[in-house]
Amino acid sequence: MTGVARRSVLIWLLAMLAGVVIVWNSRFVADMSFFLPARPGAAQQVLVDQVRTGAVSRLLMLAIAGGDARQRAGLSRDLRRRLAARPEFVSVQNGEAGSIDSDRDFLIRHRYLLSPAVSPERFTVDGLRAAIANSIDLVASPAGLMLKPLLARDPTGELVELLGSLNGGAQPASREGVWASRDGERAMLLVQTRALGSDTDGQEAAIADIRREFAAAAAVAGIADASLQLSGPGVFAVNSRETIRSDVTRLSLISTFAIIAVLLFVYRSPRLLLLGLLPVASGALAGVVAVSLAYGMVFGITVGFGSALIGEAVDYSIYYFVQSGRIGVAAWRERFWPTIRLGVMTSVCGFGALVFSGFPGLAQLGLYSLSGVLTAALVTRFVLPHLAGTRTQARDLADLGRAAARVIAALRAGRWPVLVLATLAAVYLFAHRDDMWHSSISALSSVSAGDTAADQALRADIAAPDSRYMVVVSGADLQGALMAAERAGERLDRLVASGVIGGYDSPARFLPSLATQRMRCASLPEANELRARLQVAQAGSPLAAGKLGAFIDDVASARERCTLTREALAGTSLALAVDALLLQRAEGWSALLPLRPPVGDPHPEIANAPVRAALAGSTALFVDMKGELDQLYNDYLHEAMLLSLAGFAAIVALLAVALRSARRLAGVLLPLLLAVVLVIAGLSACGQQLQLLHLIGMLLIVAVGSNYALFFDRATVRGAIEPETLASLLVANLTTAIGFGTLALSKVPVLHAVGVTVGPGALLALALAAIFVPRPAPQ
Amino acid sequence: MRRSFCCLLLALLAMPALAAFDVGELMGELAGHRGGRAKFVEKKTLALFDKPLVSTGEMTYSASGRLERRTLTPKPETLVLDGEVLSIERDKKKLTVDLASQPEALAFIDSIRGTLTGNRAALERNYLLHLAGSSDKWTLTLLPSEPKIAALVQRITVSGARGRVRSIEYLQADGDRSLLTIEPIESR
Repeated sequence: MTGVARRSVLIWLLAMLAGVVIVWNSRFVADMSFFLPARPGAAQQVLVDQVRTGAVSRLLMLAIAGGDARQRAGLSRDLRRRLAARPEFVSVQNGEAGSIDSDRDFLIRHRYLLSPAVSPERFTVDGLRAAIANSIDLVASPAGLMLKPLLARDPTGELVELLGSLNGGAQPASREGVWASRDGERAMLLVQTRALGSDTDGQEAAIADIRREFAAAAAVAGIADASLQLSGPGVFAVNSRETIRSDVTRLSLISTFAIIAVLLFVYRSPRLLLLGLLPVASGALAGVVAVSLAYGMVFGITVGFGSALIGEAVDYSIYYFVQSGRIGVAAWRERFWPTIRLGVMTSVCGFGALVFSGFPGLAQLGLYSLSGVLTAALVTRFVLPHLAGTRTQARDLADLGRAAARVIAALRAGRWPVLVLATLAAVYLFAHRDDMWHSSISALSSVSAGDTAADQALRADIAAPDSRYMVVVSGADLQGALMAAERAGERLDRLVASGVIGGYDSPARFLPSLATQRMRCASLPEANELRARLQVAQAGSPLAAGKLGAFIDDVASARERCTLTREALAGTSLALAVDALLLQRAEGWSALLPLRPPVGDPHPEIANAPVRAALAGSTALFVDMKGELDQLYNDYLHEAMLLSLAGFAAIVALLAVALRSARRLAGVLLPLLLAVVLVIAGLSACGQQLQLLHLIGMLLIVAVGSNYALFFDRATVRGAIEPETLASLLVANLTTAIGFGTLALSKVPVLHAVGVTVGPGALLALALAAIFVPRPAPQ
Repeated sequence: MRRSFCCLLLALLAMPALAAFDVGELMGELAGHRGGRAKFVEKKTLALFDKPLVSTGEMTYSASGRLERRTLTPKPETLVLDGEVLSIERDKKKLTVDLASQPEALAFIDSIRGTLTGNRAALERNYLLHLAGSSDKWTLTLLPSEPKIAALVQRITVSGARGRVRSIEYLQADGDRSLLTIEPIESR
């Protein structure tokens, strides 16, 4: 080995070593952040916060089936007791009476600070008379049975006011004293984990804990057919991570073994095989290193994309071994390397366009592939020849090349039919241009349809909040946020009254701002004054003032407790509700006010326009989570179109500069564009709804396919294509198709879409480039 | 032990009924109506209140088990019990409760429907029945058989003539009572 050679190999070895160290210390994630915007706007930030840390993202729904209603209720109580004792769970609810008592006691004790009806007018003679008369009417009605015990303490009905503003939403059904599904056949529980929604490990541990405790409880109860169904964002996150993990392993193995089989057939030598895989391994390593260094973590889906990279990167060593066999390294570098280099550069243009995406997953895929392809090409050019030495004779594939040439010659007759077909495909695509795209971000989600359906069923059964609609207000500090929530609440009250929304939650409902607390407290008259007013107000009423001593006592003690803090909520489920609705950020506090759709609507949706109109002029922000998500996806899609066009323009510009001939440029581009049109029309005709990654796949067909078209272009300049070159193209094309095609087997939609597009696209690009190659110009 | 005591009690209660006028006969007569409409006056006597609370209105019931109680004074309110679903409408607000979740409340509210429609099976699910008097003037006493229901109501006394219910009196556990007087409106 020469000094230069030794130096190149040494640099390569050191770089690989450093790469291994970096990869070893890299963080691999497989969560929603793949999809969350890298540069979110204000409304998208709310969405991101909710997905990562929101209370809804930490909610798990449990359904117990098996046994009879009494056994299920017993199991539900036991499971609640077991889980509530564990620190991993912030709250475990199953509708048991005892768990509601502490909330009720809290509301009764603090009703004069909490009730929105408390005002100075309510405690005037007229106000008292009206409020008490209303309570008496309520007691007279059949529904009043439950209110009777509290009447002497709370004759103005503040608790009724409080409860009226809560629980506007549906309550779960109940059997044997615990929550049940609507048909009564399953007992239901609602669990909130301490682990954040973004902490997939924590969610996985919590789910395992629940399953273990349930198995133990079922064994103790001796119910043989007891079963537990779980759903919620945590379950989705854990399941889709598992899908991605198993897919990454499965796809990499399939792709690697298939490609090794092809290479063994071609090289007939384990030594050449190992050498041929070196650029690939270097490329894959470099891809992960680049992503890890640039983004601080690597998405599982990115690694899954590796199986495509293997197929693409192995091409360079195939070209080297098959093409240089007869002519030697120096001649290969002179004759073939410029063409390969141009191919690498077009691939880099394609992948490079993705790096600019605001969709983090896509940007990572771009950087990963770009660095991988570039590294594999450089290692093939500068390191592989030194390591391989002179003993590089692969199987003589000239016969294969000659046979292929005969087939191609026969296929050239099919050029016109292909053009007709492509025209039809283009017309088809134009006709379906509006309905062939998937318009929802669910197109990218790895959550299975079965899981989604099960989740919707459980959610309906337990009436769990989905928090689709939210109003967000902010303040410099906690009090500022609470006051802003109260101001927004006044505007929302009008929407409730007009029926636009069914109701809303607010942290200020259980934790009013100190200003409001002071105002309410100041409304309460002192004992003697109240007694005097009651005498006047209740003259002639069936409920004499003399019987309201407990009321006067309660108001007197309420006047002494004029401040309610977050700490006072401890031990109630209201504390959780308040915490879930308040967020502390670097720049202050935010309060969330989830809105409920009107009751009785079979497809509950809230009209956006009246809500925005009602909030106009305030700093309150209305967010429709589903709308925001769909908007996000459409933004991604729009951006991906621009990036694809930019990538395509870059490739065209590069080829134009390199080929310096409009005729040659057209010759290279025509088969690629035909391949894109035929593949996309084919997918659409097969019923695939196209999504963002199909679009990216179109760009990659051009970026990857150009490698093959360039070889044919080179042949038109230098005369007929050599049989060995043609054979090397066939093998390289096969490995690329295997690499991308393997992705089509993936259950992860992001990978599947790229696979079904680029796999067939690469094959078509080669075939079309071969039959559309212009005849060599007569010399 | 408790079970056999219950059986004994049931037998003792049933014996005088057998002698004079049978529960089965009464239920048959009550069930003979396909449904009906009636005016009602309800007088609630509560320890807390100096004078009774009186409310009036109309009641409609059908053999299928739908009961509608429309209060007109002192404050309009509509209460509908259909199957096990109770809905209350008041002040333009509507509240719907699935009483399957609350068997005690259902038993309490169901007593009136069971009596009006002569549904013996429904009544005996939650109450022990005791009938006194004759077909022309009878009194049916309902005693809760479950402690959870007894915590709400001590005794329900229904009186009437022939196949008509005239009044239903509830004696609540805390001694408060309410008397519901029913006047049928003959349908044209």
